[in-house]
Parts: sequence; C-alpha cells; structure tokens
Amino acid sequence: MKHIKTINKADLKASAAKGGCGKCQASCQSACKTSCTVANQKCERKA
Amino acid sequence: MIHKFKLSGMNIVLDVNSGGVHIIDDLTYDMLDNVEPPFDENCPEAVIKKLSKLYPAEEIVECYNEIKELYEDQILFSEDDYEKYALTSVASPIKSMCLHVSHDCNLRCEYCFASTGDFGGGRMLMDIETGKKAIDFLMKMSANRQTLELDFFGGEPLMNFDVVKQIVAYAREEEKKYDKHIRFTITTNGMLLTEDKMDFINEEMSNVVLSIDGRKEINDRMRKRVDGTGSYDRIIENFKKFVPMRGDKDYYVRGTYTKYNLDFSNDVMHLFDEGFEQISVEPVMAESSKPYAITDGDLPKIFKEYEILAEKISKIRAEGKFINFFHFMLDLDQGPCAIKRLKGCGCGNEYVAVSPDGDIYPCHQFVGIEKFKMGNVNDGSFNYDIKDDFARAHVYTKPDCVKCWAKFYCSGGCNANNYLYAGDIHNSYKISCEIQKKRLECAIMLKAVQLMDTAE
Ligand code: SF4
Ligand code: SF4
Ligand code: SF4
Repeated sequence: MKHIKTINKADLKASAAKGGCGKCQASCQSACKTSCTVANQKCERKA
Repeated sequence: MIHKFKLSGMNIVLDVNSGGVHIIDDLTYDMLDNVEPPFDENCPEAVIKKLSKLYPAEEIVECYNEIKELYEDQILFSEDDYEKYALTSVASPIKSMCLHVSHDCNLRCEYCFASTGDFGGGRMLMDIETGKKAIDFLMKMSANRQTLELDFFGGEPLMNFDVVKQIVAYAREEEKKYDKHIRFTITTNGMLLTEDKMDFINEEMSNVVLSIDGRKEINDRMRKRVDGTGSYDRIIENFKKFVPMRGDKDYYVRGTYTKYNLDFSNDVMHLFDEGFEQISVEPVMAESSKPYAITDGDLPKIFKEYEILAEKISKIRAEGKFINFFHFMLDLDQGPCAIKRLKGCGCGNEYVAVSPDGDIYPCHQFVGIEKFKMGNVNDGSFNYDIKDDFARAHVYTKPDCVKCWAKFYCSGGCNANNYLYAGDIHNSYKISCEIQKKRLECAIMLKAVQLMDTAE
C-alpha cells in the first residue's frame, strides 16, 4: 500500500478464541509493584 | 474504534479491536476524520471535494480504497466482539499472592501509600505460622494452576527476613507435594540489603523490585530515613552491587515521580547512567491536597516529559545500547490474549494480599480497608462474594473503559486507585487514564520505529 503501512499482525481477535487459559503472570499496574501493565506481559500458553 | 495520533514525526493509527497498528501519511490521517463504516464502493464526492483543497483527487481515491481494503480485512474499524469473553474469569483459581511480611519500615517516605509502612494498623511483623497458613491457602486455592507467584512485600520485607527464608523453605516443600512451582519475588528499599540476603534472593527469587527515585536530591527529598536524612547513598551502593550479582535473573529499579520532579526523564537517565537497564519510574498516587500530588494542571508537562523520555530512549537504542523502560514495554504481536487484556490485574480474583496477621485483601493496595477484607488464612474464612465482585470488574463493566481506545492495553486501570480516588472500583481515575494513554502512545511509537527498521 502506498498510503498506509501495517506494522504488526493485528491478531487480537484470534487470540481471544484460543486464549484465557490464565497461566500468565498477574499484572498489577500500580506504581508500587513490578507493574506489569497487561500489554507488556508474556503469554505463557504453550502452542 | 480507531485511535490516531502524531508523535515524533509519525502518523499512527491503532485499530482498537484487532490491535492493528498502521503508519499512515497525512492524507490518510485527514481522511480518517471524514470516513467511517459502512464504506461506499467509491469514495464519496463530498470527501473528495473537502480534501482536494490539500491533496490531488486521484490520491484521495487511492487512499480511500486502501482504507476500505483494511476495513474488509478487519484490521481497521474492526468490530468489538469481546464482551462474550468477559465472564470467563469468574471462579478462577487464586494463583498470585502478595505477602505482607512486615508492616514496618525503616524509611519514612513521604508519599508512602502504606502510611510509612504500617498500613494504618500499627507496626507488625508476620510470624512463620501465619506465613505457612498463607502458603497452604495458596496451594489450595490455586486448584489446577501449576505456576504460582508470591511477592514478599511490606513495609520493608527485609526487616523480617528470617521469616521470608522460612516461608520459602516451607513453600519449596509444599510445592513438591502439589506438583506446583512458585515464582518468588521481593520488593525492597535496599537499606538492609547485605551480601547474604543478596545471595539468598538470587538463589530463590525470579524478580526483585528495587525502590529508588532517581537523582540523589530527588530521592532524598521523599525517601528519608527515620532521622530525616536521605537514603540515596546507602541504597545506590547496595543496588549497584546487587544487580550484577543477579546474572540473567530479572530485576527492576523503580521510582516514583511527584510534582517535585516532573522532569522525571532525568531520573530515568540518571538510573541508566548509574548502570541500571531495567527501569520503571511512575507517577505518585496521592490525595490532590498533598503538596507533592500530581494534579490536572501538571498533565501537559508530564505528556511532554514522556515524549522527551521516548526520544532519549530512542537515541540510546540507536547507539546500540539496551534500556528498558517498563511503561514503554509493549508487544504488538505476541502479547497477552484479548481475554487477559479485558480482565487486567485480576486483583481479588486471581490475586490476593495477606497482611501480617493473616487477613486477606483483594490486593496490597486494599490492605487495611475493612470493607474489602475477604477473610483470614488462620481461621480459614474467605468471602467468595467479594471475589466474585472483583471477577466481574473488567473493561466491560467500567463505563469509561468500554469507550476508551486504550482498553486492551490498560485493561481498565487499577481498581484500588479507582476506589481510592474515584470512589468505586468501576470508576476510572482520570489523571491515571490520561497518563496511561500518553505512555501508550509513546510505547506504540517506539515500537513502530523498531518495526519499521526491521521491515526495511
Ligand atoms: S488493583 Fe491496582 S494495585 Fe491492586 S493489583 Fe490491581 S493494578 Fe495492582
Ligand atoms: S497465558 Fe496467554 S492465552 Fe493464557 S490467559 Fe495468559 S495471555 Fe491469555
Ligand atoms: S482506566 Fe482509563 S485509560 Fe484505562 S481503559 Fe479505562 S478509561 Fe481507558
């Protein structure tokens, strides 16, 4: 495309179908903790 | 829903529901103010007419077709169909715990939400019996979850380090029986960080959070010893010794910025210059009446400061060096699933905090607030209604969040801050939201720079 360049896979929708297993780390966003905001978390579901 | 913004010379549009991030030219940026689904087959005359003052007609048509194509591919203006997943977390196991082993502290940080360590409930240390009961509780309540998290917190947990060690030893026995594994972490102000403690922590803890605010004068203005003198000299020395000893295990130095250092990018840089690569510096949360509290009027300065910080980080990376600023960390491709994103921190549902006397609360920030007390590990009481309420607090039950472009990155904010500063766990706390959104824009921009580089 000339005007628009997509830079990622944009597959949030697909992630919902397979996700929600709850294996990943808790993600406190407050200032006093390791503060994983959710967006920087690692998914831990294996395949 | 889309969100577009200009930053660092780039035009960026985020498609909220697919997570798609697109770099766009000025024409597309302007066109997106004028078009939305449903899309006509051909670019509407009115749009051509309006934009042709600035752009050639054939370009406008071309651009319109590109937007339409992305829409058809469901990566622009895609539908929000996640609400059906929102209740999947009700009745989930409790797999994370914050253990308040010490409601006492050897510092008197002015902004401390724990009222200088005691959470308003008097100075107290957890005993080993209560610690063991907390582990038992976690083993039982985590049901089929195998990987668990336990954070030693305070006050200052190193003031009760013998109990920390005993709890770890007990938990290492118990986890075998249940075929589980606990990831321990600890948060410390560094004052008591002696070499033997460092060794133990490196052996057992997968992450450590080291509190320091940045430049000496900034740190020492807020993070004072009981006698009123600053803590900087002691802790920087301890942290500088400790971090290299961690090897490849995680750590963070984390600071708090207040109204007194709205130029906090200098504190981040100070920490970087002192040799730390994993850095988190975050806004203080406080009643607006406090002199150091961040107020609405500070926001423009704070936004600017995040932009400055993003530029500085970009520059460091361009020189081939590594720095990680926690709130700019973002994975646009392999991040958490949408379900995790709409649930957020999981406090009170997947995560609880336990006070020195064994009381259970939804998280460390709720500790001491009577109406949120969920039970006690010593007598086995536990209020599932409160757990349920928290399980139902997600993006789709928070009115501001449903409409917010940042919802899948912020996940509905911090329930504790919402309660403390906006009156209810479902109400968003505006100052946090504004800061959160700015950080996200910077994070997306930094990621875009990186991905553009690799794409070329
Ligand atoms: S409510 Fe706030 S402080 Fe508590 S775990 Fe969630 S994000 Fe962290
Ligand atoms: S581990 Fe991955 S799939 Fe499972 S809930 Fe967490 S982010 Fe979603
Ligand atoms: S808490 Fe604020 S920034 Fe976060 S999703 Fe809700 S409205 Fe948006």
